[in-house]
Amino acid sequence: MTAELRGKSAIVGTGHAGFGEAHGLTAYDVMAQSALAALGDAGLKLSDVDGLFCTMMEDSMPALMAAEYLGIQPRLIDGTMSGGSSFVNYLTSATMALDAGLCAVALIVYGSNQRTASGRLVTASRPPAHEAPYNPRYPISAYAMAAARHMHEYGTTREQLADVAVAARAWAQHNPEAFERGPLTREDVLGARMVGDPLTVRDCCLVTDGGGAIVLVRADRARDFPKAPVYVLGSAAESSHRQISQMKDFTVTAARDSGARAFAAAGVTAADIQAVELYDAFTINTILFLEDLGFCAKGEGGAFVEGGRIAPGGVLPVNTNGGGLSCVHPGMYGIFTVIEAARQIRGDAPGIQLRDVDLALAHGNGGVLSSQVTAILGSQNTL
Amino acid sequence: MPDAKGPDHIFQGALTKGEILLPKCEDCGAYHFFPRVLCPHCHGTAISWKQATGKGRVHTTTVVRRKPERGGDYNVCVVELDEGVRMMSRVEGIAPGEVAIDMAVTAFVGEAEGAPAVLFKPSEG
Repeated sequence: MTAELRGKSAIVGTGHAGFGEAHGLTAYDVMAQSALAALGDAGLKLSDVDGLFCTMMEDSMPALMAAEYLGIQPRLIDGTMSGGSSFVNYLTSATMALDAGLCAVALIVYGSNQRTASGRLVTASRPPAHEAPYNPRYPISAYAMAAARHMHEYGTTREQLADVAVAARAWAQHNPEAFERGPLTREDVLGARMVGDPLTVRDCCLVTDGGGAIVLVRADRARDFPKAPVYVLGSAAESSHRQISQMKDFTVTAARDSGARAFAAAGVTAADIQAVELYDAFTINTILFLEDLGFCAKGEGGAFVEGGRIAPGGVLPVNTNGGGLSCVHPGMYGIFTVIEAARQIRGDAPGIQLRDVDLALAHGNGGVLSSQVTAILGSQNTL
Repeated sequence: MPDAKGPDHIFQGALTKGEILLPKCEDCGAYHFFPRVLCPHCHGTAISWKQATGKGRVHTTTVVRRKPERGGDYNVCVVELDEGVRMMSRVEGIAPGEVAIDMAVTAFVGEAEGAPAVLFKPSEG
């Protein structure tokens, strides 16, 4: 999205449901509960929704399934599937649609029951034909190979990776909505079961149930709702590959490009951001995205996260809800980066509420470091 | 035409004969992998097939941990061939954890999931 769309849309409602274990519920049940929660937050009804932005881990036509389940007949649907980044990506298409008058109330929504349904990551995508014969464990083998390459080129250590997980847990310990709130030390992470060298099970995101939803309207009517509006100041995407074997540089993601364009649209820089919400499917993600989004130089991400520097009380608040590593990870986490960023700006974060947040960043990742989407959100003060 | 063959058929067909063929663009001269009907570099469509040198280096690697009763740990890696293309594969003949980035490896046609596949072994000397 370009600077012309800066601040043209606003988040007026967020909601979630089924965090942790949603026994007896289907993925679409959790989706619907999340939608109701976000619409309730906005003081709106399902019948107000005329734009639906949704994808799920099951079915090839999830947006249609969701509209049918919700009993709505949207005039606009976007079911673009770029993995977990999809929901950050919808901020762009929803803003464009709202600005163009194609819809008046945009609902972005997701739900999953993957923990209680199977206990492991559910994915509707088939293994790529030229990778499947070698049985990579999808998606961890891909991220493990990115981590291995980062360690090789920049001397990043397993201890630094572990510190990402420790920081996420430290934030989660203050968040009653987080699934994992027990103590976690660097030694715990390093000593946990190795699942794909160099990543242990504690370097990997949770497998939980859960859903999330976001309601957006055009900015010129955003102040007519119960909660303080959170404006979309910039959002941008970049896609670099689908299969990990096709990633050109395993240590540089397309977040470098998505971030630069999102910052340009918003007219701010990394130094202005007060809360950073990154899609941390694995500990290496946080390091890669902090580098590629410009919070530190390439290769310095390991040192940047070391020893609690992104934990509560550190130099930069990162994944303030506990992230996908400790709060919630129902197959695709992207929507929760937006929800936490919005709540930090509104002042109703479930865990540690940072003081006077006007600017927050949400970053979604999809596939195997394939799709990168960055959004900059701001308070009324940033318009 | 019943005997028409797409890029994947040509690649897999060569493997069944123990040969590793790589697609090369006649327009820009660059190799690519996986096989396609066009060159992903210059988007030309004149694709020829060349015998791979089989020489390459491990670009990155991991060990997939698996319980011994289910077959034990195994290697998954991405190899960069001298032709400049990368492919997922595994290095055999050494312990999965001994496979290292930048290790020189040589391709051979082995078997993966019951079908002929490109595998690698450490290069000699």
